[in-house]
Amino acid sequence: MKTILMSTNEVIDPVFIFIFGVSLILLLGITAVMIWFVFRYHRSRSPHATSTADGNLTLEVVWIVLPTLLVLAMFYYGWAGYLSLRNVPAGAMEVNATARMWSWNFSYPGGRSSAKLYVPAGKPVKVNLASADVLHGFYIPAFRVKRDVVPGMKNHVWFVANKPGSYDIFWSSYCGTGHSQMITTVEALPEAHFAAWLNEQATPGTPHLGLVLLEKLGCLGCHSTDGTPKIGPTFKGLWGRTSLVLTGGTERSITVDEAYLKRSIAEPNADIVKGFAPIMPPFQLKEDELKTLIDYFKRN
Amino acid sequence: MSTAEDGRLMAERGFWTDTGKTGIGAWIFSTDHKRIGLLYFYSVLFFFLVGVILGLLMRIELMAPGRDIMGPQTYNALFTLHGVVMIFLFIIPGIPGAFGNMVMPIQIGAPDVSFPRLNLFSWWLYAIGAVLVLTSLFTGGGAPDTGWTFYVPFSAKSATNVSLALFGVFVLGFSSILTGLNFVTTIHRLRAVGMTWSRIPLFTWSLYATAWVQILATPILGITLVLVIAERMLGTGLFDAARGGDPIMFQHLFWIYSHPAVYIMILPAMGIISDIIPVFSRKPIFGYKMIAFSSLAIAAAGSLVWGHHMFTSGMSDTAVLVFSFLTFIVAIPSAIKVFNWVSTLYRGSISLDPPMLFALAFILLFSIGGLTGLILGAPATDVHVHDTHFVVGHFHYVMFGGTGFAFFAAMHYWLPKFYGRMYRKRPAVIAWCLMFIGFNVLYMSMKVLGMRGMPRRYYDYLPEFAQLNLVATVGSWILAAGLAIMLVNLFRGLFRGEAFTGNPWGGATLEWSTTTPPPTLNFIKEPVVTHGPYDFKALADDSPDGMPGDGRNQ
Repeated sequence: MKTILMSTNEVIDPVFIFIFGVSLILLLGITAVMIWFVFRYHRSRSPHATSTADGNLTLEVVWIVLPTLLVLAMFYYGWAGYLSLRNVPAGAMEVNATARMWSWNFSYPGGRSSAKLYVPAGKPVKVNLASADVLHGFYIPAFRVKRDVVPGMKNHVWFVANKPGSYDIFWSSYCGTGHSQMITTVEALPEAHFAAWLNEQATPGTPHLGLVLLEKLGCLGCHSTDGTPKIGPTFKGLWGRTSLVLTGGTERSITVDEAYLKRSIAEPNADIVKGFAPIMPPFQLKEDELKTLIDYFKRN
Repeated sequence: MSTAEDGRLMAERGFWTDTGKTGIGAWIFSTDHKRIGLLYFYSVLFFFLVGVILGLLMRIELMAPGRDIMGPQTYNALFTLHGVVMIFLFIIPGIPGAFGNMVMPIQIGAPDVSFPRLNLFSWWLYAIGAVLVLTSLFTGGGAPDTGWTFYVPFSAKSATNVSLALFGVFVLGFSSILTGLNFVTTIHRLRAVGMTWSRIPLFTWSLYATAWVQILATPILGITLVLVIAERMLGTGLFDAARGGDPIMFQHLFWIYSHPAVYIMILPAMGIISDIIPVFSRKPIFGYKMIAFSSLAIAAAGSLVWGHHMFTSGMSDTAVLVFSFLTFIVAIPSAIKVFNWVSTLYRGSISLDPPMLFALAFILLFSIGGLTGLILGAPATDVHVHDTHFVVGHFHYVMFGGTGFAFFAAMHYWLPKFYGRMYRKRPAVIAWCLMFIGFNVLYMSMKVLGMRGMPRRYYDYLPEFAQLNLVATVGSWILAAGLAIMLVNLFRGLFRGEAFTGNPWGGATLEWSTTTPPPTLNFIKEPVVTHGPYDFKALADDSPDGMPGDGRNQ
């Protein structure tokens, strides 16, 4: 019989409810008492203070002990919940994620990689996080999981998507101009579909090597291949396209050719396509990689 | 007002007229703590308004998804500036620099602080630091875009003018340290006869606790910032993982200062509230010793909780356990203060003058801020809301709803004393009401957005977050309108309002016993303290006519 693993959000939400519940009771209590005192002992009803009490030991002890007990309970639940976020269940599928400014790349057992995170529904997934440049943060609100991606450090998160569907992934740790554009999704597929997806590209030769490279470098985080403009212009129909670019502030018209492409990869901010922001980081690619990319651009 | 009356007032304008120098020099080279206090006050108020404008611009940009009025790089520079200006130029120096300087020496019956020239020098350091930070905006690679936290490796790599901004903050740190040194020495050495430790007003107690944090924690910020400058200029690689450094170490160093800094911001605010509530309830503060002690407890325990900013950073789980535990412990003294404030109201005689309204708003807003802090202290829940708008909402409740509202309370409470003129109360109440509503609309929306997963420092967002962002932006306009009414009314009152010489609120602390405005050395005759700071009965007995006196007969 297959047991359904409790997903991380099901573990964390009760902790939220507990802390919010206690806090709400305290807040309403304080507010009600305060408003009542202000009303009852307003100078119009109470022209002179009727007490000069400046303390009460019993009361002081009560409101030291009571909050102490409450916060200790919160501490306990907070820690127990955290442990379940850290301890990866046995048999989790491992995916390696690499973050850079400003895209993700996910690589799977068997060699396939993608810009969206594809996972089998109902199966725990451990995501190993690595950064190619600065601090990033990996955050899936739906599963209440988040972890910073730190250069030179091994971090991980795990989650299980019990229902197939699409869930947002946000970048939580601030990383510069394209920070808010680093949005992708978890695509949870039924297990059989996932297996098919994983195998479909394992057959060698199917995708153009250029596309594989684009995906690996994270270019597809900002540039689409289907014609939709994202943070950067689309790659569809790039070769031979005539575009208006800003070179050092002056507008000029160029035709996309090999020289232009090479320059735009190495010095992205030299010519900025009109309507886009100068935010792409430079890439130093090997000659054969450039050849592969240009060959890909020529065919698409 | 007759001319004769005007002339009499002119002669009695205390420290305003009693000086050898004239013009701007009488201010920027003055060693009188009240003048330095006012210098600080107008400087921090200026930067507060700059910060407010930056914040309003950010809210307009976030009003709808996509580009509204600026590009992402500009937005990133704006939130960095908003943070740097509000934290280092307004909130940290704000209450100690302005009201601490103005009020604290009078509260303990001293003629001035222990080191008046050092006091002036710390204002100059503040001014120089502020100029450096402002210069960084318009020179070099442009306004810094790292966020006020300056996290490496991004801050080591950003092409913007980060180094100069860091150096500016470094200089500001020294200003803070010198103020701290001065206050600790003053409170220890210059108390008047009869001003025992258990008669020190709670505002001064809170400044005392704060001063220790300023002295002990600020140097670490200085060191950390210098290390980032070295990383940028000399390529030391201390925080560069590729060369054996550790970016997480920066976060530890940064928060070792910057978490205690939160207490530098909130403790003096709590002190203001502890002084105001008894005066407007006509009743001694409930639990004086517990409040004074809890200030010290917060200062001490608060220095050991910095790791709760880093639960998701990848530091060890053991560290998460320890920092979470200590964070919950530090919540207890804050709760004690709130209970004591509310109990002070019991069986008092409460008048809802503007300072009291701001103080009551403080209790509510600070409680909301503090209670949502519990969500952030528990690692399980922190993981979800860390780096989201929930955190932004939380610290604005504590810092703006807390310290900001306490600052406004102090403005309405103490400034008339120094100007000898009173503002109109009705517009102040209307402003308070607008601000309270706008504040909650703005920051409660942020908390809900954060719960729903919207990360902070996001220039753009998904359509599902659009509605609440629009609500928040409208809230920011209500808040700004209240703020404008409040400032116009207050300053109109201070410069052209009705003159008074007595003790308008009936305060029992020493600053209300001297003439209005206070003379240059604070007291015409050296005061002798015979009762506690909240002993209103003794105060009434002192005055022959049964009214709170202006102290000239003492």
